[in-house]
Amino acid sequence: MKHTIALIVENKPGVLVRIAGLFSRRGFNIDSLTVGATDNPDYSRMTITVEGDEVVLEQVTKQLNKLVNVIRVSELLPSESVERELAIIKVAARKEDRSEIMQIVSVFRAKIIDVSPRSMIVEVTGSEDKVEAMVRLLRQFGIKEMARTGKVSMVRGTKVVSA
Amino acid sequence: MSNMSGAEAIVESLKLEGVDVVFGLPGGYILPLYDALYDSGIRHVLIRHEQAAAHAADGYARATGRVGVCLATSGPGATNLVTGIATAYMDSVPMVAMTGQVPSQLLGTDGFQEADITGITIPVTKHNYLVRRAKDIPRVFREAFYIARTGRPGPVLIDLPKDVTVDDLDFEYPEICLPGYSPNLKVHALQIKRAAKALMEAERPVIYVGGGVKYSDGHKELVELAEKIKAPVTTTLMGVGCFPEDSPLSLGMLGMHGTRYANLAIQEADLILAVGARFDDRVTGKIASFAPQAKVIHVDVDPAEIGKNVRVDIPVVGDAKTALAELAKAVEPKVWSAWNELVAAWKRDHPLFYAKGGDSIKPQFVLETICKLCPEAVIVTEVGQNQMWAAQFFTHKDPKHFISSGGLGTMGYGFPAATGAKMGCPEKEVFDIAGDGSIQMNIQELATAVINDVAVKVIILNNGVLGMVRQLQDLFYEKRFTNTTLGRVPDFVKMAEAYGALGLRATRPSEVEGVLKEAIASDRPTVVDVVISPDEKVSPMVPAGASLSEILELEG
Amino acid sequence: MGKMSGAEAILECLKLEGVELIFGLPGGVLLPLYDAIYDSDIRHILVRHEQAAAHAADGYARATGRVGVCLATSGPGATNLVTGIATAYMDSVPLVAMTGQVPTNLIGKDAFQEADITGITIPVTKHSYLVRDAKDIPRVFREAFYIASTGRPGPVLIDLPRDVTVNELDFEYPEINLPGYSPNLKVHNLQIKRAATALMEAERPVIYVGGGVKYSDGHKELVELAEKIKAPVTTTLMGIGCFPEDHPLSLGMLGMHGTTYANYAIQEADLILAVGARFDDRVTGKIASFAPQARIVHVDVDPAEIGKNVRVDIPVVGDAKSALAELAKAVEPKSWGPWNDKVAGWKNDHPLFYAKGADSIKPQFVLETICKLCPEAVIVTEVGQNQMWAAQFFTHKHPKHFISSGGLGTMGYGFPAAIGAKMGCPEKEVFDIAGDGSFQMNIQELATAVINEVAVKVIVLNNGVLGMVRQWQDLFYEKRFSNTTLTRVPDFVKVAEAYGALGLRATKPSEVEGVLKEAIASDRATIVDIIISPDEKVSPMVPAGASLSEILELEG
Repeated sequence: MKHTIALIVENKPGVLVRIAGLFSRRGFNIDSLTVGATDNPDYSRMTITVEGDEVVLEQVTKQLNKLVNVIRVSELLPSESVERELAIIKVAARKEDRSEIMQIVSVFRAKIIDVSPRSMIVEVTGSEDKVEAMVRLLRQFGIKEMARTGKVSMVRGTKVVSA
Repeated sequence: MSNMSGAEAIVESLKLEGVDVVFGLPGGYILPLYDALYDSGIRHVLIRHEQAAAHAADGYARATGRVGVCLATSGPGATNLVTGIATAYMDSVPMVAMTGQVPSQLLGTDGFQEADITGITIPVTKHNYLVRRAKDIPRVFREAFYIARTGRPGPVLIDLPKDVTVDDLDFEYPEICLPGYSPNLKVHALQIKRAAKALMEAERPVIYVGGGVKYSDGHKELVELAEKIKAPVTTTLMGVGCFPEDSPLSLGMLGMHGTRYANLAIQEADLILAVGARFDDRVTGKIASFAPQAKVIHVDVDPAEIGKNVRVDIPVVGDAKTALAELAKAVEPKVWSAWNELVAAWKRDHPLFYAKGGDSIKPQFVLETICKLCPEAVIVTEVGQNQMWAAQFFTHKDPKHFISSGGLGTMGYGFPAATGAKMGCPEKEVFDIAGDGSIQMNIQELATAVINDVAVKVIILNNGVLGMVRQLQDLFYEKRFTNTTLGRVPDFVKMAEAYGALGLRATRPSEVEGVLKEAIASDRPTVVDVVISPDEKVSPMVPAGASLSEILELEG
Repeated sequence: MGKMSGAEAILECLKLEGVELIFGLPGGVLLPLYDAIYDSDIRHILVRHEQAAAHAADGYARATGRVGVCLATSGPGATNLVTGIATAYMDSVPLVAMTGQVPTNLIGKDAFQEADITGITIPVTKHSYLVRDAKDIPRVFREAFYIASTGRPGPVLIDLPRDVTVNELDFEYPEINLPGYSPNLKVHNLQIKRAATALMEAERPVIYVGGGVKYSDGHKELVELAEKIKAPVTTTLMGIGCFPEDHPLSLGMLGMHGTTYANYAIQEADLILAVGARFDDRVTGKIASFAPQARIVHVDVDPAEIGKNVRVDIPVVGDAKSALAELAKAVEPKSWGPWNDKVAGWKNDHPLFYAKGADSIKPQFVLETICKLCPEAVIVTEVGQNQMWAAQFFTHKHPKHFISSGGLGTMGYGFPAAIGAKMGCPEKEVFDIAGDGSFQMNIQELATAVINEVAVKVIVLNNGVLGMVRQWQDLFYEKRFSNTTLTRVPDFVKVAEAYGALGLRATKPSEVEGVLKEAIASDRATIVDIIISPDEKVSPMVPAGASLSEILELEG
């Protein structure tokens, strides 16, 4: 089972390595990990997707809480949260395939952000499922390169995860 | 306060934290700090290998309850601390380790004696710091000592680039501001109520006590609770001394080399109250068959320990002393019961024992004799058979009087730790119960002990082998003794003399009491070489991975 | 091949990699592997502290050019290797370190003797593995030895959970498939051409040689090139022996304690050809004023070294031996020129020297005497003044005959490394040039040397202090000798005797040659305690952070 955890961490050198090291040392499996700025320059926000049962989730949460540079740990339930991922995909685009690719792009409300004689770069934003679906459909044309950000997530409504 | 150099600010911070002794060894990049220590009034003990600095600080901390402090230079000095830091981490010992580092502008260039010690020690420290500006020194030191000693104690490392110790700063000791760190000290009243109720309902309770009771100074509250409800008490290796072993309620130690009756009691219990203990594999045996009939109450200051290894029915997060006091208030007195009778019978029928009357010296007898001659002594141990005999055959009654590397199981810990313990408690008699394998790992510290007049008494139970590993080879590998024979080198009496220590030897049972008396009478570091058989075993024994019920009694 | 246990597979891999010797110490979780060693032809040397296992494997590797192998149990055994692994990493020594680990189901639970050794050693290994499945053993070992010994060599750690050594697998030794690892061995023709042109155009060239030439066995090619173009050659500490120091083109060592003439030559050069060297801070002094007039050609197998510390005009990525051979082909012969005369003038005017004729023994004289008596000896050193005197006052002529911890500067390295070197080259005379501080750090290995009849000769230049640090205190801290006095404990002759080694002593200059002859004649481990003054200094000296031009000549 997958769990999404949001972390508020101090924006200091070495914090990422402490967190990555904890996961490796304790044998927890990270599916994805993203880091970015928050509104407060002293803090960063991380979104981590981990694989495991409730016991694992509880240990992950408690162990993360022990790290002095970790300010806040909360699980984000998919039913209560919005989740987004961004992917940019360089797809082979022969003349005869172009219109079909553009159709798929339009259905997914994605964007074409670069075009060259033999390929295009597609940008897609959405839930993991949506990105996955898009990737599956583009695969028939030949994916030459792909970069995905990993998931970011936030609780709906007024509740906040902050320091 | 005033303007001062980074090194002076470090010394000032140490003084404000009440540090009176630092164990260390100098080197190039830490020289400014050594120069500041020169006329600081803080005592610095020069050791002979940095590993010993960490162990000595650790022993000092365990014996006194204060934060131990060690100091090493960059590179190899820092990496030599790793085992000592890891030892302290596994046993939750409050320690601050300071290391020199190359100047900031050389960081990451593989400069001479550069090692990424903060990176290296992430897995074995509670927290660590690489100080990048002199002005951060007061804050970092304040935080480091606070983190090291609060909540679940542990080692904190501070890495100090040379320029940071030279640059000037305006010294001001700040308030603690750590938004990501909140040690859980208060216990939850509702959980106490639930735990008390479970204790009252239980018919066959056992209190299982770990090092957390020692660190929180909760031994009096433990005795009060146990006596009030007549609950038998067993301790882990780390908890030895938290409950007087001469009490009728004492079960001694549990686990792999615990008493038969402690393990039987655990397996028959309907309730286990675990306090400041962590259900380590050496304690539980096969986890699936551990205490199969028991509800588990787990009191721990570290929430991450609760539910880590076993399912817990009633978690109580908080300080062990407070929790025990609250529990003692919340329960009603009970009377001596059938359960107590059953446990007493087990104690009678399955005592710790060894074969007496042979020609060779029995290590168990050595421990009993020390206990008879010096019942209030601080017993520090090395690791292996010596450690288990010391846990089993000395009647432990005081917390902080049994000092041993439990979690990491570090051979070579005992002697430097004993040196640190003796310096922290100069009025107490301090023994290092050693094997000939372990003592060799930090034997160079005889120089430190002799030069600083630290009258530690090292009792080497000299079997000429790596005894514990050999015992496993004997039992489980058809006596294929590969690489466990040490060849009775060196001659430890001559060795002691080479360092200017007192060297004594016993080869027959009749000599034991005499040499021990001589050692106790000695006012300088003393090495007693007690020659025992390589075939001595630690008994009883739960084979690794077996259930506690499968405990074996071995021929002595 | 057939089915076998993980432990048997490990030994099979070691055999396929040509391993004949392992240094280690057993422990609980490693028992299955040790049991397999029992029946194996591979020789296992039982050390007394795991740090020594790593250093001995390192010394073996440096002396033989083969991969050194060490073995330690989980937890403290593994952490005790850290300093030795870091030492090998900083000096690019091919090493495979195997560690035991708790069973996979206990990993991450803080089990008995658990340490996250792969996490801890990330900063100090070339690569590391935690083996999670027995069937991965052949691949992991194949890769580990390949990675350790190719490109820029370095230590690789393999962590072996107990169950992995017990479980069975079908053994098949696979081909290497490492998409992320491609050691750059072939040199680029165009870059060789550019470098050759630069060498031909240069009027004041200096070849600056590091350990890379040693590891690639490029010393013959180096001599050929240097002689063909009459370029003076200076070496780093790691490069010592790659160019014969009795050669007219030799400048000896450069840097902080290098020769005055080597440093002058660097500062006056118009071209520096750096081969397998890394512009360490101990070599360059203040980097901004290093070789101010020179273009720089940098040959290194590790592209990350090129441009790391200094700007490079002509980078040549590749194996030092091939690059030197190509360069020697590409250049035209030159004749002895004014630059050679100038350098010869400096050599003549500023030789290494010391005050002779005093009553006390001069350490420099001890080295000269060893060189006279045993010019072909392998010289291993500890760290500090002893190391520098050994570099300066022995005429080094052969690569792999000078073995010293350069990058990490690990005190305590020398003695176990000398044991490893002697076991790798039993026909050679091996000296450990030691100080009394360094030697104490692994003095317990006297047992290993005695029991295994390793006739290493330890020359303790006993000044009773931490000499190098004290020298800095003398020069830069107003003689405030904070914590550098060791007080001449222990008596090293008595220590030798306690272990069954030969102990000798010299207190007067007239005794030096006699005791050294006696030591050389001895066929067992021998300690020679040579009493020198605490005020002896290493000269010349470039203060840390100063330019090479600011070299000081100190009173002897």
